[in-house]
Order: sequence, then C-alpha cells, then structure tokens
Amino acid sequence: MSTNEHAAPVLELTDLSVSFSTRQGLIRAVDGLSLSVGRGEVHGIVGESGSGKSVAMYSLLGLTRDANASITGSVRFEGREILGSGDKAMQPIRGGEIGMIFQDPMTALTPVYTVGWQIVEQIRQHTDLTKAQAKARAIELLGEVGIPDAKRRVDSYPHEFSGGMRQRVVIAMAMSCNPKLLIADEPTTALDVTTQAQILDLMSRLRDVHNSSIVIITHDMGVIAEMADRVTVMYAGRPIEAGPELDVVRHPRHPYTWGLLGAVPRIGERSERLATIAGNVMSPLDVPVGCAFAPRCAYVMDECAARPPWSDGDHRSACWLSDTQRVALRRKES
Amino acid sequence: MLLFIVRRLISAFLVMFSISVVVFLIFFATPGVNPAARIAGRSASPEVLAHVAAEFGLNRPLPIRYGLMMWHLLFQQDLTSYVNIGVKVIPQITGAAPITLSLIVGAAVLWLLAGVAGGLVAAANRGKWIDPLIMFGGIAAVSIPAYWLGEVVNLVTQNKFHSLFSWLPAPGYVSITQSPWQWALHLIFPWITLATLYAGVYARVLRAELVNALNEDYVRTARAKGLSERRILVKHALRCSLVAIVSLFGLDFGSLVGGAALLTEVVFGLNGIGMLTYNSLLNLDLPVIMGCVMYGAFFIVLASAVVDVLYAFLDPRVRSVH
Repeated sequence: MSTNEHAAPVLELTDLSVSFSTRQGLIRAVDGLSLSVGRGEVHGIVGESGSGKSVAMYSLLGLTRDANASITGSVRFEGREILGSGDKAMQPIRGGEIGMIFQDPMTALTPVYTVGWQIVEQIRQHTDLTKAQAKARAIELLGEVGIPDAKRRVDSYPHEFSGGMRQRVVIAMAMSCNPKLLIADEPTTALDVTTQAQILDLMSRLRDVHNSSIVIITHDMGVIAEMADRVTVMYAGRPIEAGPELDVVRHPRHPYTWGLLGAVPRIGERSERLATIAGNVMSPLDVPVGCAFAPRCAYVMDECAARPPWSDGDHRSACWLSDTQRVALRRKES
Repeated sequence: MLLFIVRRLISAFLVMFSISVVVFLIFFATPGVNPAARIAGRSASPEVLAHVAAEFGLNRPLPIRYGLMMWHLLFQQDLTSYVNIGVKVIPQITGAAPITLSLIVGAAVLWLLAGVAGGLVAAANRGKWIDPLIMFGGIAAVSIPAYWLGEVVNLVTQNKFHSLFSWLPAPGYVSITQSPWQWALHLIFPWITLATLYAGVYARVLRAELVNALNEDYVRTARAKGLSERRILVKHALRCSLVAIVSLFGLDFGSLVGGAALLTEVVFGLNGIGMLTYNSLLNLDLPVIMGCVMYGAFFIVLASAVVDVLYAFLDPRVRSVH
C-alpha cells in the first residue's frame, strides 16, 4: 500500500466519512476518504476550499464539536483504532502523539498567556517534567524553530510576535512532545511568500530530525511539490486521485488534477490571465450521485452519471476516462 | 505595569478634579440663581444669607469661590447643612458610607460567586437541559425589581413566617466593629436581595462571553494540545472572558457604592448613602447633595481606575499599548 515498505503505516484512514445533518439536508463533508501515511512520510492533501480536507483531519482527532456530525469509517493510528474514542482516551494522543498546526497563527494562540507558558502547558500535560525543566525545553524548542533570542522571547506574549514567528511558536508547540505524526492544516496560507518558504523548510528539517510523519493540508500545488512524498487530491469531500507526488504531478490522471496543476502560474510563460477551472465548487447539498466533478468537467461523458470506481495500484484515481482516452486528450491539449 | 498604574491614578485624579469643577459650577454658577439662598435652604433669614455669602466668598471671583468651597468640603470639613441647622455634611457621609459599603461589598461577593458559577455551568453544558434552565433563572432574576423582592423577603421573614425566622433581627444595621456576627445577620437578606439582579446579569453575560470564546481558534489549539475540557474552559475560555466581567463589575460597583442601591436601603431600613442623597434631595439640602455627588463620583472614578489596572493585569495587549 505505502511506498515505505520497511514500516507499517503511522496513520491509516479507511473509508472515512463525515456528514452533518442540517435543516437543508445531509451534508457529506468527507465521503469515503482512504489514505495511509508511512513513517517519516509527508502526505499532502490538496483540494479547493470546502473540499473537506480540514474537516477530515479535525474529525480524526475528535475535534469536530458539532452535535449533528456523524463520523464513520476507520482511523488507525499506530495500529490502534482511534475513531470514536472519547475525549479522555484521545487526550494523550492529541498533542502527545499527534501534533497539530493551524492555518491562522494570528488567532491560534491564547492571547493572555506568554508563548512559553503555552508550550509548558502542553509539555506538562503529556510528561512528568517539572515547570523549570519544561521551560528549559520550551526555550530549546523555540531556538530549534528559529526564534532568535529564545531565552528572552519565551516570556513574550503572542501579540508581540509577527505572523511568521507565531507560526514558528505553534510549530514548536506541536513538536514539543515529539509527536509521531504532525497534521498541518494550511500552515502557510496566512503567511507572506518568503515566510511560507521558511516555514516549509522548517517543517522539512523537523521531519528529518525527529523522523515524524506529516500530513499537510493545502490548496497550493507548489507546497505539495516542495514537501509531499505522496498526494491525495480531494474534490467535494471525495478523494479523486492519489499516489506518489511525482506521479501525480507529472502524470495526473483526473481532469480536476489537470486543472489544479494548470492553475499554477509558471515563470517564463506570459499569459494575460491565470488559468482557472471553470465553475465553482457546488453547494455541498447538491453533490451529484455520479462523479462529483462532472458538472465542471470539460470531458464529461454519459458514464459520469454513475460514481467512478477507485482504481487499483499505487497511483489511483476515480474517473471514467480510459488510459488511451487520457493520453489522447492530454496530447491534444499540449 | 507600575508606570501604567501611576498614569491611571493621575488621570483619575484629573477626572475627579473636573467633576468637582462641574459640580461646583452647576450649583454656584447657574445664571439667575442666588447660591446663598440655595445653600441656606428654604425660608432662610437675611442674616443667615449674609453669613453664607461671607463664608463662601460669594461676592468674590469664581476660582476663589471654588477654592473656598473645596476647602470647606474636603479640608476644613466644616460644611454645614442649613436645613438641619448645624449638622455637618462630612460626618453624615462618613456615617452613611460604611453602611452602603457593607451592603454592596457583601452583595458583590455573592453575585460574583453566583454569576460566575452560573455562567460557567451553563456554558459547559450548552445544548443540555441545564443551560436554558440557568439562563431562564438569570432572566427571572434580572426581571424582579429589588424593592419588590425586598418587600417580599421582609414580609416572609418578619411577618408571615416570622416563627421560622426568629433568629433574624429586625431590619437595621449593626456596625461590623460592634459585632461581626450581628452585622452579617442584619445584612444577609439585603445582600441576597441586591445580589439576585446582578447575579442574573453576570451569569448571562459570562455565558455569552464563554460561548464566544469556546468557538475561538485558540480553544481548538488547546483541544489539539490534549488538555481536558475543564482546563480549557477555566484556564483558556474563562480567563479570556474575565475582561468583560471586570468592566461590568467596575461600573456596577462604582454606581452602587455611589448611592444606586437606594431602593434596597429603603426597603431594609439601612441609612446608607442612597438614603442620605434621597433625603437631602427631598429637603433641597444643597451642601449635602454636593457632598453626596462628590462622594459618588469619587467611587465611580476610583472603580473605573481599578478596572483599568485590572484590565492591564488580565490582558497583556492593553499593557503594551501604553
């Protein structure tokens, strides 16, 4: 299953579905997501806003607080089934074995405590270190994520840091208990471009040092190309293509992935407008029974009225186009 | 932090000064009114009027008149009421203040405890049956007028079921220095009566603040850190919601100590600041009114200064702005 044959997967999702019952009807935010993340591997999940990437990750940690949410499927972390365990059982896993980084560093930290206090809080929640030991560790961590003068900055409040520095603090906090898995929910979206590159570098370095696996959620194919070993592309809550990063980026199979890759501007190519995928993500209430992308797809066929099967192999996709049709279409385009 | 406190106290002092000027001007520089007649009260004799005019320098320029007035009020403390001839103003206020302070401080402790507990329990159990129950209790408490509740309490404890409440003394006030036990016994029902309204308000405000805070990103971070729900509620959500409670408390406490607890004082026969102000207004006892206004303003300004210092203590972002 995984390209990392030498190790059992750290995280394995099988047919994870999250739906919310609302007054307007049932919303399937995540519909049959399966993926597996090997040790030390970086798995990218990519898709437009509203494609269910973040909901899937929050649900697996039990962070979905909505009483109307129903979560089915299986989530195995280190071989243990963790889906549906209560808060009590999840607490040691959250922050201890699975660290999480959030999209907006400006609001992710409690404004009234120093960053050191917040890191110490997490360390002491999961270990028996004394306050002084935990604080020493917090200073060490802040230094590791590249915060200058960490010894002094540990006593600063979140509002005294810039966005990029705050994201470093959040990363330091997520790494504080040496988690086996780091889930990063659009960690660079709220940051400016140079800071983005620094944060991605930092995450790669931490992955190498601590050998933790990373799931990175993004809508930026550039981030995927930079970081990911494997990719899952999601559309309207469903996985539509998955495989090793190079295969997916070089030989994308699904028309939606073609569109996503086509939307990345290239240096040296002059064009009047940025390439886009026609149409919008449909309302989650009227996702079609068949292929979810069919309404926007330029190559829609009669078969698309039925839901395409998830193909076998290492590079999988869910599309009715045959390989010969694909080759022909791609050749015609370029 | 210290610098912040000092600055805040200086500005509080300046506010007090401007209030005293405004109060002075209202009483003594209103066009077409003879301030001597005002001070001397109704139907004063010409000799008294002349005496008052001389004492307060009413024929001299305004700043000097202001200075003389404040001298009499604050330093000499010999400003006398001309309605109740010879009764000095300051001792009346210092006599009434401990009664009001006893009433308000005790009630404040009760309503803070009840309000914070109610808000916490409701927010922790939102969506369950106990949440709307507490919120309904809150709105009921807010809706009951204090004087009505006070009268009912008196009716029950002193009249209808007096046999059950035989341990309860007749309404009135006993100083805490005289007997702490009797002090508390006399005040227990006034405390509860006054606290009911405020506990309702505070529980509802705190619940709303907490529910907002619980939807914040930092709470999601706290959950992802593996903290217990209780710790998230108290250490993160409550801590960030306290600012609203503190500012509300500053306003309420200041105005209540300044005399806004009049109805409760009347119902329970407590001769506090509210009663003093009310009676002096009835008699148009100008020196006393002025004293009471200055006293009330003092507590409101003091309370808001304390609130600002607490703000800075609670929220580091406030500190760094200054």
